[in-house]
Amino acid sequence: VTCRDCDAFLADYLSDELPADQRQRFERHLGLCRNCREYLTQYADTVRAGRSVCTEGTADPPAEVPEELVRAILAARKG
Amino acid sequence: MGTVPEGADDEEAALLARLKAGDDEAFEHIVRTYTGRLLAVARRIVPTEDDARDAVQDAFLSAVRSVDRFEGGARLSTWLHRIVVNASLMKLRTRRRKPEQSIEALLPAFLDDGHHAETFSSWAEPVDQALERAETRDLVRQRIAELPEAYRTVLLMRDIEEMDTGDTARELGISPNAVKIRLHRARQALRSLLARDFRKEPS
Repeated sequence: VTCRDCDAFLADYLSDELPADQRQRFERHLGLCRNCREYLTQYADTVRAGRSVCTEGTADPPAEVPEELVRAILAARKG
Repeated sequence: MGTVPEGADDEEAALLARLKAGDDEAFEHIVRTYTGRLLAVARRIVPTEDDARDAVQDAFLSAVRSVDRFEGGARLSTWLHRIVVNASLMKLRTRRRKPEQSIEALLPAFLDDGHHAETFSSWAEPVDQALERAETRDLVRQRIAELPEAYRTVLLMRDIEEMDTGDTARELGISPNAVKIRLHRARQALRSLLARDFRKEPS
């Protein structure tokens, strides 16, 4: 397993979809390759960061609905 | 997102069918029902109230344009959430005048023997700690906005809305394998962009 092979396994590894034999080979490579370990960490951090910043606000209470905004949206659809 | 009261699925399906048929009342009902939630989300992403309102308006118009492709694999609220996040990110990108980046330049390079061409140095601080700062959160959103649209869309569907590969593939009209490839590249590209911001300053 090279770093290139390892890279191709990354997404499936993180979502736990890698078949057992591939997982074993992947982990063996990770154990030997500091660079791939660092890449895996950053890749996983990237996924977490993206999720975190794009779901901000979903737990907020809904904003007051400005009537002029509703009217503007309805008018814009009529174009 | 969250639990759904019984019967909501049927109600939602009926509403969507009317929206697809171009029903004005159904559209107004959806606008009145979801504007409050969408505006709360947009306000977290863009810096001004005008931008937030514009993003919500853009989102509804974009939803109407793409409703035929909406398969019901996601809930209506989830689908609208993704559209308003994307519309808000586009406002952010326009405001900063940052163009879309090319994906190829952001993917990792490999040597002929299969090793990474680059040596990755660890980031300056743990990402969770960095994300406690509003400016870092803003920066991450800005970087997502710079991803090419086809990749950004898959990232939003899979990683943010947590749709599965099959539903994402059906909604985009591409193969499940293409979804997997795009998602992987989107994450790789975003990692490259973030690495420029997060790496330790050379001492």
